[in-house]
Formats: sequence, structure tokens, C-alpha cells
Amino acid sequence: MSKRVAIVGIGYAGFRTTSSDISYREMIFEAATKCYEDAGGIHPHDIDSFVASSEDFMEGISIADEYVPDQLGAVLKPVQSIAGDSLQGLASAVMQIKTGKLNVVATSAFSKVSNLSHYENVEAYATDPVYVRPFQEHPAYLAGLEMNRYLYESGTTREQCAAVVVKNKYNALDNPRAAYGAKISIDDILGAPDLSSPLGIHDASGHLDGAVVLLLATEEKALRMTDKPIWIKGIGWGTDTPNLDSRLEGFGAAIYARLAAKQAYAMAGITAPYSELDIAEVDDTFSYKQLQHLEALNICGPGEAGKLLELGCFDAAGDLPVNISGGSLGVGYLHEANGLHRVLETALQLRGEAGKKQLPDVETGLAFAWRGIPTATGTAVILGRRP
Amino acid sequence: MQDKVKVSGGTGLSEEDIRSGKIFLTEDSLDCAFAWDTGVAITRYLNELKKGKIIASECRECSRIMLPPRMFCELCFRPSGDWVYVQDTGTVNTFSICHVHWDASRIKEGEKPYLPAVIEIDGASSGMGIMHLLGEVEPDAIKIGMKVKAVWKPEDERTGAITDIKYFKPL
Amino acid sequence: MKMRKVAIVGAGLTKFVRRALETPKELSYEATKTALDSCGLRLEDIDCVAHGTAPDAFDGIHQNGEYMVDGCGGWNKPTMRVYVGGATGVHAIVHGWHHVASGMFDTCLVVCEEKMSSAMPHAQGFFLTIFDAITERALHPNLLWIFALEMNRYMNRYGYTKEDMALAAVNNKMNGLKHPASQFRDEVTVEDVLNSEIMAYPVSRLDVSPVSDGAAAVVLAAEPVARRITDKPVWIEGVGWTLDTAYWATRDLYYPRYLDTAARMAYDMAGIREPAKQINIAEPYDPFDYKALHHMEGLQLSPRGKTVELLRDGHFARDGNLPMCPSGGLLGVGNPIAAAGTMKVCELFWQLRGEADERQVPGNPRLGVAQAWGDLMQVSSVVVVGI
Repeated sequence: MSKRVAIVGIGYAGFRTTSSDISYREMIFEAATKCYEDAGGIHPHDIDSFVASSEDFMEGISIADEYVPDQLGAVLKPVQSIAGDSLQGLASAVMQIKTGKLNVVATSAFSKVSNLSHYENVEAYATDPVYVRPFQEHPAYLAGLEMNRYLYESGTTREQCAAVVVKNKYNALDNPRAAYGAKISIDDILGAPDLSSPLGIHDASGHLDGAVVLLLATEEKALRMTDKPIWIKGIGWGTDTPNLDSRLEGFGAAIYARLAAKQAYAMAGITAPYSELDIAEVDDTFSYKQLQHLEALNICGPGEAGKLLELGCFDAAGDLPVNISGGSLGVGYLHEANGLHRVLETALQLRGEAGKKQLPDVETGLAFAWRGIPTATGTAVILGRRP
Repeated sequence: MQDKVKVSGGTGLSEEDIRSGKIFLTEDSLDCAFAWDTGVAITRYLNELKKGKIIASECRECSRIMLPPRMFCELCFRPSGDWVYVQDTGTVNTFSICHVHWDASRIKEGEKPYLPAVIEIDGASSGMGIMHLLGEVEPDAIKIGMKVKAVWKPEDERTGAITDIKYFKPL
Repeated sequence: MKMRKVAIVGAGLTKFVRRALETPKELSYEATKTALDSCGLRLEDIDCVAHGTAPDAFDGIHQNGEYMVDGCGGWNKPTMRVYVGGATGVHAIVHGWHHVASGMFDTCLVVCEEKMSSAMPHAQGFFLTIFDAITERALHPNLLWIFALEMNRYMNRYGYTKEDMALAAVNNKMNGLKHPASQFRDEVTVEDVLNSEIMAYPVSRLDVSPVSDGAAAVVLAAEPVARRITDKPVWIEGVGWTLDTAYWATRDLYYPRYLDTAARMAYDMAGIREPAKQINIAEPYDPFDYKALHHMEGLQLSPRGKTVELLRDGHFARDGNLPMCPSGGLLGVGNPIAAAGTMKVCELFWQLRGEADERQVPGNPRLGVAQAWGDLMQVSSVVVVGI
């Protein structure tokens, strides 16, 4: 790495299922203000560049990047939007700093999904307009197809997937940001109606409104701005084919996660993630996704994630605590802000600021986000308490 | 190593190709519905419009009286201070005479063109304009710098929207 | 810190047409393949893809970047889509520069595509959704409004006439007749522009560039790699980008401050102190004729209010001191939004290498600037290239 990059400020707002009292701009302003305060009270005039992550249809605005600058204090500043999960936005900010030309870069994302009357319509518009959309199916069926293939290929059981839901929702009970914490049993989950078999209604995470703003800086700036920098040791992103029919070979395997992890691990010098990582926040948009992703991220071998989960290896006291925050199943699904939420939860653990959820001796963490149906894009980042 | 061909593809079709069914088309019309939370500042703005008043917010730091009102000043990056009523009169900063509808279809013969303008509202800080429409004026008579006044919908027809002002007319 | 040098080593375009037979993916493929062929590279030589396309609504596809992945060569690679409205085409080059200058990648494929004809009956309709959902959309604004408002303000400020503006349209449209990708074949006079039907005073039909379908691509490479690929690399000397407030009606529209800031950032990086003397070719963004002139002023290439005088004196002609839009620009070649900006960078690449055929600017030009603009008249991205 030619130049070290650290997270020097963390701010968030919302994390509620509805937020009708504030506009999205006001919610982001709150998150940005907290972030800049957290970074030693920096004024946004002293920030060099800003990156937002969003998609037009989620906001109901075309070229939604228009409305980014004001609430971040970024008027007449370098600002760009990434049409991707906010971990890709974070990657873009990291690259900007590594050019050597920009020293302090803010990155933000939000979800105001409660303003969308029918999210499923929007999700369906992401499918191929000629080959897939004419079926007019609820897009969850794509997850059902993939889950079925994953269970078949890996030997994972529906009970093991249900166990992911049980743990994440239980973990969420102590997280002040979580909206979907619950004590729920495997029987409750398996007995509930199907969304798209084998995917049950509890296997899918629920929507959430919220905003996250993170501030990144060069090593030199970071050490002056904060006494608790969190270092970005590695980052990687990858995309598999968008064509479902061409994805058959890897339909159960989440190849995008493998590509992203390979790049991130190489940059961070990680060769044995299961033993080298102290915590992981891994996408669990759907229950099976957490297990599929753990395998694709090379944290365990194919078909092993479910068994390790049952053995407690991913519990708070286990070898590698996974989604101790509650994940998307427990906290809620923040759409393009998911990635920054993963980083937020990981970074708070690394700082020792995770409250009741705090784990001992957290030195190195992984955050991984997937962009959701029907995409095959994922981003992985390795965070560390030491550079 | 240099290939001479630098332009490739981009096969043009005529309207006739499409009308005559020479190519296949898959049609879909988008159906997305949004209900945007208006938030602290714009909720107040809309409520005041319903009462026939225009309200702005003032920044305690730079003293700008900002319109539309905002919960925060985007330049000082501080929460706004007091609410301030401004006038329903202003000055035309710039205008247009528009002969096409929002969907780019042309207005019909004899139909009046749209008259959009940026209007700097009296009582707000210099340069604080909003986009609105002009009315009760011949297009040729509109000038940059012209003074205008809001024409409000009758009170019982107002809904708390920017269209509670029908248009601005010359003062 | 010394920056990593990044060069453009290959470029390719599709024809810009009113309605393309090709799908968005196919257009992207054509441009991508042409760019790769132009420098003798294969997709496996490419480390990452920076992708650009403007509003999703044109294509009616949510997460359009994901849908386009295979067309722009991003399958199984780190692929990221960036957007800043109409400024996307030049900004995607800036984003590609981030990828390579950061040291994380050696080669990057930049692909921009726009297929506007999918939107029925007219892509214009979707521009309603760029306006503020609450305070502006209820007025049923048309995209032309804001440009007409800006044009009127600009003309009024300096006493420019409609005829003055038409001169710019003629300059660019006549240049475009020589471009192999151009969708026009007919000569245009000032009278033609003045007599074309009025759309939104002061904007008449020939003051505006046409909606088009098309794609453009360039290949970027880090210094040592670039020198192995070609003996005529065109170096990215400076980049700049700026977004102004979304409260567009509170800005005085006669001068593009967002471009002033972005241009100074790029010139500063390129070590250019007197752009009007040092720059040999300018490709300002020209979706409307007045914008070419407005942007020449923002680019610091012409004194404010003196631009028409210089234009009349032949200063900006192909054989003048500072040729403006020798490609023909959007007015002369066509306007597939994101692809149009990239087309301008392609033009500089060919001009500086002396490969622009009958469009060639005389006198061995060594330094060029390309710029794009968009959103609510609030954003600019600038790239300075040199040989």
C-alpha cells in the first residue's frame, strides 16, 4: 500500500422503520454533523472531497446526485455519486486518497425506503427487461432459486439457515440501532409461510431508514484528527455476470464475494481469514446469504458454514464472531447504505465503543456487503485497530 | 498496433422501422409510487403557503435569510435559527417562454406558452430565488428585473403546495 | 507526494444515432471492443472497469450499471459505476484516473453509454424527475426551462444576442460534419438556427443538441504499462470536479462557478498557470450553443463577456488560436449524454496523437482540455490531457 487510509469520523442517524418527521436531507445532515464532530470537530470546508452512494429509483429522483452536496457541507466541492452499495463508495474514497491528491474524504449513504410505496416494483425493474421482467414475478423468487441451488450444492439445511435468523435477531436485542431484534425459534421460522420456497418470510431482512456518514483521511491527517483511527487495510469489489442464465455455474457460490475477498485479503496480507479476523459483519440480506458468503469469503470451506454456526463458532464467544450487531436480519436492511452500516458496526467494535455488544480484543475485522437481488456485486473491506 | 477503425456499431433506425414492426420491442411502463417525507423545514414552508404566506429561515452565522427555508445552512453547516416571513413580491431574475409541455410534446396552436421564471423574493437575502410561473402578462412584455407579486389560489383551494401560488403577475 | 502518471492508450466510439438497433449492452460492447482493438489489448489485460451512464429512468432499468456489466467488459472484474448527471462522461475518466493513480490497478477500462430512445414517447419526459419533488415538480417543469432561464440570464448580462449564440452552434455543427460518428450530414447556417422553431425562448430547436444513442470507451494505463502498450500515450495531466448547491435558483446563473472551481483544480494539478495561452484545444460541453461559450468562460479560456467577440474573430475556429469543439461536440456529433462527454476525451486523444484525419487541428497541439456538465446546472468535471 502506497498510502495508509483511516476512518477518522463516524456519524449516523435514523435507524428506524419510518422517519416521517425528517426529510432525507435533514437525516443526512444529522449524520454528517455527528461524523464531523466525531472527527475532532472538522468543518466541511476542510474536507477535500465527498462520495455518496445511491440509486435513482430508490429516491424517486433522476440523477439524484444533484441533491447530495448541501446536507454534507459539500457546496462547490468535489462531489461524486457511486451507483452502488456504499462499500463501493468507500472504495472510491479510498482510491481518491491513495492518489496522493486528496487528504480528507467523506463518504455517505442513506435509506428512505419508507417513502417507497412498493419497493418490490423497483427491485423488479433491476431485472433484465426482455428475458426476466415479462414473467412478472415477485423478485424474491430469484432468492428462492438461488437458495435452493445453494442448499443443494453445499448440503446446508433449512434448519441451519433458520439458525442464522435466530442468532442475528437475538444479537440485535442489545443493539440500540436495531429495529428487528427478537427471540424467535427455529420452529417459528420453519413453521411460517414461504416467501418463495425454500425461502420463508423470516429468512428475509426487513427494511430500515437510516443514514451513515464516514470520514476518511491520510495517515498524517488521521493521527492529528483522532486518537482512535480505524485503518482500512484492504478493500476489494467484484461483479459476476448480470445474466441469471449465465450464472448457473456459480449460482450457489457467490463468485462476486470470492473476487472481492481475494483483492481485499491480498491488500491486507491476510492468508487465513478464519484465524486472522476477530470479527466479521457479513451480508445477511437473506438467511442463506450469510452462510453462502462466509464460504465464498474463504472463512470456511464449501458446505461448512452451517455446521460451524451450529457449533457456536460464529457466536460472540466463538472463534470468529459474525454479525454480532444483529446484521440485516436483526438491525434492518438499509439498501445502498448497508455497506457503510457494516463498517459502522465493525469500526465501533474496533474502537471499543460497541456498548453491550462489545467483544474483547478486537484487532482486525471484515465487513462485506452484497448489493441485493438481482445483482452479483459485492465489496469486502478489512479494518484494523493498527495500521 | 494502431487499428484504423475507431468507430464501430451504432446502427441507426428510422421511425418507420419501428412503426412498421421491422424490429421487436418489449414494452413496459414503469409504476413507481413515492411519498416523500417533507421534513422539518419544508413542512413549515408548505403549511405557511396554505395560509397565504411565504416563510424563510435565517442562519444565525451568516445572517442569510434562506428560501426555500432549510433546517440547516448549507454554507455555514449549522442548524438554522429563526423563521422569518418574507414578502409575496419579488423581482424576475430570468425567464423563459416555453412552447413545449413537460413531456416534450409541443403545445397546441392557440394554447398559451408556459412562462417559467426565477423570482428573487423580497425580504429574503439577495439572490434567493425560487422557480415559479408568470401570469397575467403578455410574453413580449416580460423583462428581467421586472417586479412581480404572487397571485394566490382562493384559501379553500390551497393544499399546502407550491402551486398554492397560481403564478406571479407584474406589480 | 509524487503522483502516479496515468495515460490514455486507446479509444473507441460507436456512431451516435437517433435510435440504435443495438441494445445498451451491445452499444457498450461495440465501443469497448473498438477501444481495446485500437491499442491491441484483450479483456484479460484489463484490471478494472469504470462505468458511466446517466439516469436509470431512460432505460427503465433500476441498478442499470449492474445490468450493463457484461457489455462493458466488467464480468468477473472490479466494476464500479459513477454518476454526476450530464457531467458523467468526463467524470468517468476522472473516476478511472482514481483507479489507476491510486496504485491499486495498472489498467482501467472506462465505458460510458446512453440509449435514450428506449424512453417513450420521449426521454425528455423523465427529466421532470430531476426537479425537487416537493417544491418544483408540481409546476410541471420541462428540462428546457432551466437551460432557457440560464441562457436568458447569460445573454442579458453581457448583451449577447440570439445571433451571437447561433454562431457557436454553426461552429460546432460544421466541425461535426467531418466526424465519422456524427449523426448529421447537413450544413447549417446562422439563419437556419435563428429560423428554427422556438422551443423555450430563447432556446430554438437548433440551439439544442439532439437526443442520441451511443457509447464511448477509453483505456487507461499506469506509466510503465502505458509505454509498453503505445509509443504515443496521451497523459492525464490534471482532473477536477465540483458540484454546487441543489438550490439552483439561488445561484446567479450568468457564470458557472462550479466550472471555475473544477477547472482551477485541474489546471493546478497540471501546473497550468495561463490556460488561455497554454491550452491548444478545448472541448467544452455544448448540449446548447450558449453552453459552449458559457463554459469557455468558466474554463478560464476566454474573458467573461468577450467570448462572442473572440468567436467572431475566428479565435475558436479549427485553424484559430484555440479551436473550440473540433470534434463537433454534442451539437455536431450528437448527445448520448454520458457517452458524449467521453467522446470529447476521445477527440483530444486522437487530436494530440495527430490521428484526427480531416478534423485534425493544425500546428501539432500538445495540450487539451475536455469538460462536461449537468445536474441542475450545478456540476462540472474537467480533464486536462497532454502529450
